[in-house]
Amino acid sequence: MSETADRVKKIVVEHLGVEADKVTEDASFIDDLGADSLDIVELVMAFEEEFGVEIPDDAAEKITTVKDAITYIDEHKG
Amino acid sequence: MFDLTGMTALVTGASGGIGSAIARALAGQGARLAVSGSNAAKLEDFRSQLGGEHVALTCDLSDGAAVDALVPQAVEALGGRIDILVNNAGVTRDNLAMRMKDEEWDQVIRVNLEAAFRLMRAAARPMMKARFGRIVSITSVVGQTGNPGQANYAASKAGLVGMSKALAQELASRGITVNCVAPGFIRSAMTDVLPEVQKAALTQRIPAGDLGTGEDIGAAVAYLVSREAGYVTGQTIHVNGGMAMV
Repeated sequence: MSETADRVKKIVVEHLGVEADKVTEDASFIDDLGADSLDIVELVMAFEEEFGVEIPDDAAEKITTVKDAITYIDEHKG
Repeated sequence: MFDLTGMTALVTGASGGIGSAIARALAGQGARLAVSGSNAAKLEDFRSQLGGEHVALTCDLSDGAAVDALVPQAVEALGGRIDILVNNAGVTRDNLAMRMKDEEWDQVIRVNLEAAFRLMRAAARPMMKARFGRIVSITSVVGQTGNPGQANYAASKAGLVGMSKALAQELASRGITVNCVAPGFIRSAMTDVLPEVQKAALTQRIPAGDLGTGEDIGAAVAYLVSREAGYVTGQTIHVNGGMAMV
């Protein structure tokens, strides 16, 4: 597992208060992890801070699974 | 009760009559302020009267880019946090609706409503992270009752109420409250210019028998931004001597 994936999963666990083993790469934030739209906004903010990337709103809307987040961050981090 | 020690606040329109009274009330309860206004000299003069470690941030609220920069500037000037946002700044461009120019409509909506939205949107971010925030917008009795010659102003003030209720629902789960204070007729530069005859006629419609003061508004704001008011959200406190009971 990549370092990005580890850090993303850790943030998801902390913010959503879910069990670590539920945070698989295919897990959907809303359907599988119980997040609401405001949780997603917060997760995106946390990713931005952790990785020093800017995730514009149109990109953030496409991030629906853990894997989406990891892929976006890997493609855009400095 | 209502101690604001350790809290930071951004207050717009702070050098005006009601705005300066709000700023004094919050500073008096111990908050550290970033006061904002469009007139740099007047604002700095007010900041120095306030004393303490408050900061002044000049901003033209009709300039969207400047408005978007204001909250980040305040956060930086206040040591990395913003607990309280008071959207107080407002302008009037009165005219009968049939004669109202597009610019008169646009200017009032832009400063009174759109700037408040931009500031709320920006402030919500640090407040969400902190799991605490207090947003208060100063609306007007006119937003509820209407007033001839003020279609633009009444729309902007009613708009603040609806917008605050929407935001209150979005942010309640994060410890952020969003409320309004609706002044009635308050002694200020805006009402000082009214002819005595008109003031007397106005006063007759106020059960309390007198115009209100900026301090009356400041006290209501100080309550809503306090820790004690954490269970009050999406509300409007009307401070109007009973002239409209809603």
